[in-house]
Amino acid sequence: MPDLNARDIPRHDRPAIEFVGVHKWYGDFHVLRDIRLAVDPGERVVVCGPSGSGKSTLIRCVNRLEEHQKGAIRVHGLELTASAAQIDRVRREVGMVFQQFNLFPHLTALENCALAPVWAAGVKRREAEERAHALLAKVKIADQAHKYPSQLSGGQQQRVAIARALCMNPKIMLFDEPTSALDPEMVKEVLDTMTALAGEGMTMIVVTHEMGFARRVADKVVFMDDGEVVETGEPEEFFTAPRHDRARQFLGQLLR
Amino acid sequence: MTILLEGAPLAPPKREALRRTIADLFSSPFNAIVTVIVAGLIAAGLWAFLRWAILDAAWSGGAEACRAHSGACWPFVRANAQLMVFGVYPQDLLWRPALSLALMAGLIVASMIPRFWSLSLALGWVAVPAAVCLLLSGALVGPRVSTNEWGGLPLTLLVWMIAFAGAFVVATPLALARRSDMGGLRTAAVAVIELVRGVPMLVALYVSRFIVPMTAPGVEVNLFVSVETALILFVASYLAEIIRAGLQALPRGQAEAAAALGLGYWRTMQLVLLPQALRAVIPALVNLGIGVLLSTPLVAVIGMTDFLSAVREAASHEQDWPGCFTTAYFVAGLAFFSICFVASRYSRWLERHIRADGHA
Ligand SMILES: Nc1ncnc2c1ncn2[C@@H]1O[C@H](COP(=O)(O)OP(=O)(O)O)[C@@H](O)[C@H]1O
Ligand SMILES: [Mg+2]
Repeated sequence: MPDLNARDIPRHDRPAIEFVGVHKWYGDFHVLRDIRLAVDPGERVVVCGPSGSGKSTLIRCVNRLEEHQKGAIRVHGLELTASAAQIDRVRREVGMVFQQFNLFPHLTALENCALAPVWAAGVKRREAEERAHALLAKVKIADQAHKYPSQLSGGQQQRVAIARALCMNPKIMLFDEPTSALDPEMVKEVLDTMTALAGEGMTMIVVTHEMGFARRVADKVVFMDDGEVVETGEPEEFFTAPRHDRARQFLGQLLR
Repeated sequence: MTILLEGAPLAPPKREALRRTIADLFSSPFNAIVTVIVAGLIAAGLWAFLRWAILDAAWSGGAEACRAHSGACWPFVRANAQLMVFGVYPQDLLWRPALSLALMAGLIVASMIPRFWSLSLALGWVAVPAAVCLLLSGALVGPRVSTNEWGGLPLTLLVWMIAFAGAFVVATPLALARRSDMGGLRTAAVAVIELVRGVPMLVALYVSRFIVPMTAPGVEVNLFVSVETALILFVASYLAEIIRAGLQALPRGQAEAAAALGLGYWRTMQLVLLPQALRAVIPALVNLGIGVLLSTPLVAVIGMTDFLSAVREAASHEQDWPGCFTTAYFVAGLAFFSICFVASRYSRWLERHIRADGHA
């Protein structure tokens, strides 16, 4: 187990992800309000907050699955604009893992992993499959490489999804409640995979209510409510002494 | 039926269902009467058919035998099989339509096996119709044969195959346009789809054969080209809606996962969305295929000698071959029915086969 608190990860002056006064509306509904947030390279950020508070929307703006209307979002200095080329560049740096796995059901685990490297990054098939094998081994399901998603358990599917995202060699990984759709006994295997990834210095934003994971792995916890970032802090500090009432309330409900 | 009376321990549900059905059929005096009447009619129909097809039928000999029997005239089928199957294609070149038939049948059988689904099979759907056209026209070897002389079952299959393959090429962009964010494109796609779907196939054929050529006087439009243009557009308008429904049914997460991985719109469609959407609508595709096959005899109205026209041509010798009219149409009906029956059984098998493991 690598020492997660070792601060030997190189820091650059430029943040990996930067939200500057970001607003987003769904029609009249103000879903993100003046978000200001910076994530350093190698930093692990856990985002929590009540359902509907805008957590998914926030991280989906990072790879432009959702479009923001005001303010600026920069990923490694690249600003997300309407430019398709720019979006493409950002997506190449950012991997995403979804609550519902979203594996491609008509492809095997291996094919799921090799698809994007071959067709989006122009990697040779042989090479892509080798890398896919290596990453499936890393998430400990090398023996399931030729199975289809429907033949895998939820935990295995989510680990394939993580391997699939890693195949594109992203510098940043986004996780949107990766364990919420899992049966309890499978949560651990997915969290362990993510913990290992954090140990390698991956920049991560994780939307999760797994407080144990947050305490062990996160450098920073971001608490959102009603479209706003209400509180940002170190995990220990946030969980033991939240500054805001809303955060206290939320933690109270979570523990009950 | 001893199994039923003694009670077969292995099949209680079936026996139970049968017992309940019988109970339902006689649940009241009125139902009992209806059941008896219907059963009588069915028995009478079967008996009439049996007499026509077997007992009163002429089985050997020639036209005289048919004159002597009141039932089916089977010797006629033997004597005219060639005309019915190959139409008016030149007698001495019949190997061409025969080879064509074999090629197309082979491709269709190969297409029914999921293990063979691949790009090369799709290319086969381009290559085989093209090869058949070259073969029938004589462009590669031997004397030329004009499309007006093509006929019979090979022609019906060829018309159907090109219509279906061509429709895919047209329908896929139509379906995508219909789902596009671009308003103008979407409206145009809706207009084309609804316009063509609002027209009977017969009208589409007439327009393509007689109205469209008027816009370019002096240009002679090949009959085959007219027919295929009309059919491709017609089938595509239905196919586009089927494909659109298949795409619509996919979870949003599929497109999102592909986008997050950096796959662009076209790659996402080609590699992620369309393969799943098409699998999901296979039963509808088979239905459409059957419908189109059953509609192909309409091409006769603009002068094509398809399988049914060839049969009709053969059946017009009623004065020489008494009873041949009914016999010929019975054979044609049986041929169409067999193809469609196999297709629909196949569709049901395929649906179960794909569902069972979530992929093909
Ligand atoms: N496509 C959409 N159109 C309209 N409203 C949406 C859409 N997506 C999400 N919302 C709304 O935005 C709010 C925030 O959603 P989300 O970011 O998914 O919350 P969280 O992930 O924190 O539960 C919710 O109230 C949700 O109903
Ligand atoms: Mg969410």
